[in-house]
Amino acid sequence: MLGAYFDFIRIRFLTMLAYRVNYYSGILIYTLNIGVNYFTWRAIYGDGQSLGGFTGAQMTTYVAVSWMARAFYFNNLDREISTDIRDGSIAIQFIRPYNYVLVKMMQGLGEGLFRFMMLMIPGMVIAILLFPVQLPTEPSAWAGFLVMLFFSFLISSQINIITGLSAFFVENNEGMMRMKRVVVDLFSGLIVPITLFPDWLASVLKLLPFQAITYLPGSVFTGRVQGVGIWNVLGIQVIWFLLLLIPIVWLYHAARKRLFVQGG
Amino acid sequence: MYYLGLLIEYLKNYMKTRLTYRADFWVEVISDLLFQATNFIFIMVIFMHTDSLGGWNQNEVVFVYGFFMVPFGVFSCFVNMWGFSERYIVKGEMDRILTRPAHNLFQIFLENVDPPALFGSVIGLIIMGISGSNLGLPFEWWTLPMLILLTLSAVAIYTGIYTTLTSLSFYSDAPTGILPLMYNIQTYGRYPVTIYNRAIQVLLTWIIPFAFVGIYPAALFLHRDEMRTMALLTPLVGAVFLSIGLMAWSYGVKRYKGAGS
Repeated sequence: MLGAYFDFIRIRFLTMLAYRVNYYSGILIYTLNIGVNYFTWRAIYGDGQSLGGFTGAQMTTYVAVSWMARAFYFNNLDREISTDIRDGSIAIQFIRPYNYVLVKMMQGLGEGLFRFMMLMIPGMVIAILLFPVQLPTEPSAWAGFLVMLFFSFLISSQINIITGLSAFFVENNEGMMRMKRVVVDLFSGLIVPITLFPDWLASVLKLLPFQAITYLPGSVFTGRVQGVGIWNVLGIQVIWFLLLLIPIVWLYHAARKRLFVQGG
Repeated sequence: MYYLGLLIEYLKNYMKTRLTYRADFWVEVISDLLFQATNFIFIMVIFMHTDSLGGWNQNEVVFVYGFFMVPFGVFSCFVNMWGFSERYIVKGEMDRILTRPAHNLFQIFLENVDPPALFGSVIGLIIMGISGSNLGLPFEWWTLPMLILLTLSAVAIYTGIYTTLTSLSFYSDAPTGILPLMYNIQTYGRYPVTIYNRAIQVLLTWIIPFAFVGIYPAALFLHRDEMRTMALLTPLVGAVFLSIGLMAWSYGVKRYKGAGS
C-alpha cells in the first residue's frame, strides 16, 4: 500500500520532468526577484548597519534563501483540488482505495523534489555567483535547514489543501485562492522579514502558521537564531504541522458528506 | 459599434454568472485589494526604517504606487489571461473562438472581463489624491488629459507583454508558469528604478518595460524633471509593445492546429 503512495511521488516527478523547459524561465525569474529585492534592501539600508536585527549581509542571504525555499515549497495543490471538486472528478477519487488528501500531498512532494533539483539548486548557484550571499559553513546548519525546509513544504501544502477543500463549501473559491497566495507571501516573511513589521502586527503574526514557512527557517539559516533557538523553531514547525492536520481531517470528512457535483 | 454591443452583452452575462456566486464576488474584490495592500504595507514598513528610498520620500513613493494601481486595475478588468493555456488550448475552446466572426483575441478578453478589478483603480486615484495633496502638488491643466493618456499607454504596455507571453502557449503545449511570476516582477516597476543596478534598470525599462507603468509616468505628475523624457516616451513604448503582442498573437493563432480533443 505504501508503495502505491511512493508511486504518486515518482509519477508526478516524471510528469514535471516532461515540462522542464518551463523551469529554465523559472530560474531566471526567481533570480530576478532576488536581484530586485537585494537592490531594494540595499537602498533601504543606505548607510545604516542593521535593521530589525538583520545586518545588510544577513538580509541579502535571507532574501536569497527565502526565494529559493519558495521555489521548493510552492505548489498548486489548492488549484488542483478545487478543479477536481468543480469538475466532479473528485467523486471517482473518493471511491478509490486510497486517501485523496494523502495522494495530493505525495503529488505535491513529487513536484517539490522536482523543483528542488531543477529550480532551487541551480537558482541558488546563480544567486551565490551574483549576490554577496553568505552561507553557513557548519554541516549541522545545513542539515537543520533541510529538515526545516521539509516542514515549510508540509505546512505550505497543508494550507493549500485547506484552501482547495474549501471549494466544497463556497463553490467558487478563486478569490480565496488568490487571497491565500498573497497572505502567504506577505505573512510568511518572504517580502518583509517579520521583525521589521510594526510590533503589534509582528506579535499577531507570531500566533499564525505562516511564519513557520519562510521566516523561521530563514532566520536560522542566516545565523540570527542559534543554539537552543533552532530547536524552538523546529518545535514551532512541528506544532503547526500537527495543528493543521485537524482542519484537514475535519474538512475531508465534512466534504464527503456534502459532496454535490455542479454538472460535469 | 458591433464590438461595443458585444462588450455590453458580455458584461450582462458577467453580472448573471456573478450573481450566482455572490459571496465570491466580494471575496475577489477583497483579495484584489489585499494583493495591492501587501505592496502598500511593504512601502509603509520600509519607511518605518528609513526616510528616503533612493532620494524619494514616503509621499512620493506612495503617490507612484497610487498611479501604478490605476492602469493595473483597468488592465486586470479588460485583459485577463490567467489560465489561457488550460482553458483554451488544452480543453480545445480555442476552436470555438476561431469559428466566430469577432476577432479572436477580443473574444478572449471579453470572456474574461473582471469588473471588480476596477475597485483597485479607484483606490489608486484616492491614494494619488491624498499623497498628492500632502506633497502640495499643483493640479495643472494638463494633469487630467495626461493621466488618461499615460494610463492608456500603461494598459497597452501590460497588454503587449502579457499577450506576447500568453501567445507562447501556441508554441509549447506545456502549461506555462511564467505569468504568475511576471505578476511579481511588474510590481518592481513602481520603485525608483535608479536604485537598481544597470542591468535591472535596462531590463525594466526596455525589455519588460514595467518601469513605464509606474515610476516614469508618475514622475511627470511629481515634477521629477530627471524622468520627464522617459514619462513622455510612455505612449510610444505602449504602442511598440502592444504591436509586438498583437503580432506574436496573430502569428501564434496561425500556427494553432487544435489540441485534438
